[in-house]
Amino acid sequence: MHEILYKEEIGPDIHLYRFHAPDVARYRKPGQFVIVRISDEGERIPITIADVNHDKGSITLIVQSVGKTTLQMAGMKVGDSIPDITGPLGVPTHIEKVGNVLCVGGGIGIAPLYPVAKGMKDIGNRVISILGARSSNLLILEKEMKDVSNEVLITTDDGTKGRKGLVTDAIKELVDQGEKFDLCVAMGPPIMMKFVSLLTKELDIPTIVSLNPIMIDGTGMCGGCRVTVGGETKFACVDGPEFDGHQVDFDELMKRLTMYSSHEKQSLDHYSSKTGCRLAGTLKGDQE
Amino acid sequence: MNIKERLKIPPTMMPEQDPAERITNVEEVPLGYTPEMAMLEAKRCLQCKTAFCVEGCPVGIDIPGFIKLIEDGDFRGAINKMKEKNLLPAICGRVCPQEEQCQLFCTIGKAQKDPCKSVMIGKLERFIADWEREQGEYDLPPEVKSSGRKVAVIGAGPAGLTVAGDLIKFGHEVMVFEALHKAGGVLVYGIPEFRLPKAIVQGEVDYLEKLGVKFRYNFVVGKTAPVSQLIEDYDAVFIGTGAGLPRFMRVDGENLLGVLSANEYLTRANLMKAYSFPETDTPIVTGKKVITVGGGNVAMDCARTALRMGAARSLIVYRRAEEQMPARLEEIHHAREEGVEFHLLQNPVRLIGNDDGWISGASLIKMELGEPDSSGRRRPVPIEGSEFIEETDVLIVAIGNSPNPLVPASFPELEVTRWGGVVVNELTGQTSVPGVFAGGDIVLGAATVILAMGHGRRAAKAMNLYLNSGRWVDLDKAMDLSRAEVR
Repeated sequence: MHEILYKEEIGPDIHLYRFHAPDVARYRKPGQFVIVRISDEGERIPITIADVNHDKGSITLIVQSVGKTTLQMAGMKVGDSIPDITGPLGVPTHIEKVGNVLCVGGGIGIAPLYPVAKGMKDIGNRVISILGARSSNLLILEKEMKDVSNEVLITTDDGTKGRKGLVTDAIKELVDQGEKFDLCVAMGPPIMMKFVSLLTKELDIPTIVSLNPIMIDGTGMCGGCRVTVGGETKFACVDGPEFDGHQVDFDELMKRLTMYSSHEKQSLDHYSSKTGCRLAGTLKGDQE
Repeated sequence: MNIKERLKIPPTMMPEQDPAERITNVEEVPLGYTPEMAMLEAKRCLQCKTAFCVEGCPVGIDIPGFIKLIEDGDFRGAINKMKEKNLLPAICGRVCPQEEQCQLFCTIGKAQKDPCKSVMIGKLERFIADWEREQGEYDLPPEVKSSGRKVAVIGAGPAGLTVAGDLIKFGHEVMVFEALHKAGGVLVYGIPEFRLPKAIVQGEVDYLEKLGVKFRYNFVVGKTAPVSQLIEDYDAVFIGTGAGLPRFMRVDGENLLGVLSANEYLTRANLMKAYSFPETDTPIVTGKKVITVGGGNVAMDCARTALRMGAARSLIVYRRAEEQMPARLEEIHHAREEGVEFHLLQNPVRLIGNDDGWISGASLIKMELGEPDSSGRRRPVPIEGSEFIEETDVLIVAIGNSPNPLVPASFPELEVTRWGGVVVNELTGQTSVPGVFAGGDIVLGAATVILAMGHGRRAAKAMNLYLNSGRWVDLDKAMDLSRAEVR
């Protein structure tokens, strides 16, 4: 069992959890994820690890409530436990000194971006981060990202914080100002990663993205997470989750993410009618 | 009772759920023998002096011995006799291909020129295991002196569970590392509830725990900890991580929505209990019409699961003819009884999607049988220009699995074949790394539960020798194996 050691609401329907998971914490590296199951009847969902604390044997997960499982999780308290956390899974981010690194995070995607930005900074890169959110109250980890970046730019869709606009506008602005980047790391909703990748391809900046397809086991066994990268089928759980953004078929990924949309709604409605718990409800589709 | 009288008794059929009824539930299809049925069936055994049936058993069960005890009504004695060689009889009694093993060599079956008329060894095995579970009491083997040696078993599937059970009986400490949240491997994620109820697998795992085997779940060796750490922490390591890498057809449209591997489909349905959705949280794709591609037991499991998930039509598409199907006769028979349609000598060349990215059909090409290939089966050859479109809502790819690469990939010292199987000494399961053994589907590629258990049995014997003597070189020469075990 994995106890919740700490929990904080860091945005509407967005929670930060610290779980006791010493086995996962021991060998975890930036870019890796866990599979979580919160009850005996529960589904297995992949969540990227945002941070670890080796002294406490804990891992930090940041989760936005978008469906039944994440909503049920949001109802749990410090001291509660969940039965299963498996990991760390996936190939860690290749962290090396390349010079100037552009880190682009959108919505809840800033959570997995944080350890990568930190790793990139620690090894001696100059890190410039662009953080995007729909609105100011949905912007997470601003302070943490500032601590691991030389510079941080913020964009919101509604202009309530930073520049009004999209992360791609901010990238163009930086490049127009004469910034040169040796690497871009983009994590966020697939649609954001798609447009960042299209732009950086034009700008000739190598780009890593972290993909979030549907998974069950996370060990290569089910093949549910297959994605097309450079015309080849890859399993995101064992070959990824990070891939060359310029090679990823994002349109296929976005379609495949809708495979269980009607079931997800049915499961959420079933849970809401049984428990009275509901999503705050303004944020559909902004999941990590 | 003399031989003539015994020969006159017809095979005792096991009652089954009615096909029309059973496709509306996930309960087990065969209902089991009553004690009277079992004792009657046991009378058919001639107690041959040279028991050919035992030679057909990969784990060398004393078949006439346990059957005689059933005939005498000593069920406790029968199950204990069974467990001298096989700790997982409730599983083997259900999923072993007896018609190719023990029952193939049975004197009765040979006399009647039909292994299906042999003594129903598998059904008797199942009966005796179920009887013990229903009693709720187990005779534990006498406690053995601890050897002070520690063993790590990677993977709680058929091979790993067998190794764990044997080594604990030899007095070694055993820790099983399992990647999923439940023990059983393919027995819990792959084989459906209606063929092997999960409670039965759990019962066998509970028994191993009673013997002292320890389990660590959610532990993905190669990720949660490197193999090298286990080698440091334990005196020997067994790798039984199975063939959990699904093969796909590599045709256009395979990533369309509604196209799944058999592993994904069965894992959702079985391990994650999608048949109870939304009471359970894991969904599964359903459709009015479902195509399963493949001709093995896994394909039969998928096609039959699809009916239980509400499909009005469930089709098997297989590129060879029925005689070449690798599935067990019983599985084909059950599938047909339930209404699964067999579309033979056809093969998908392309999958077709609608505007939303969902599969809407498969372009199939007709095949004919040509010359025999390396497997000895006549090779299927496409008939040019014979393509046609079969509409479908869901397509399941059940064309096999390759060895799971997670452990080998994280452990470069371990020698593997070109297709990813771990290289071992066939008798002992020794790998290229001293102290590390392997067996089951990680060596064989996708094979059967009982072959994996046979591997586990031999590896456990070799590991015991190694742990007690420290001998690694020529370990196979020191092994004392019966003919049945070598087979």
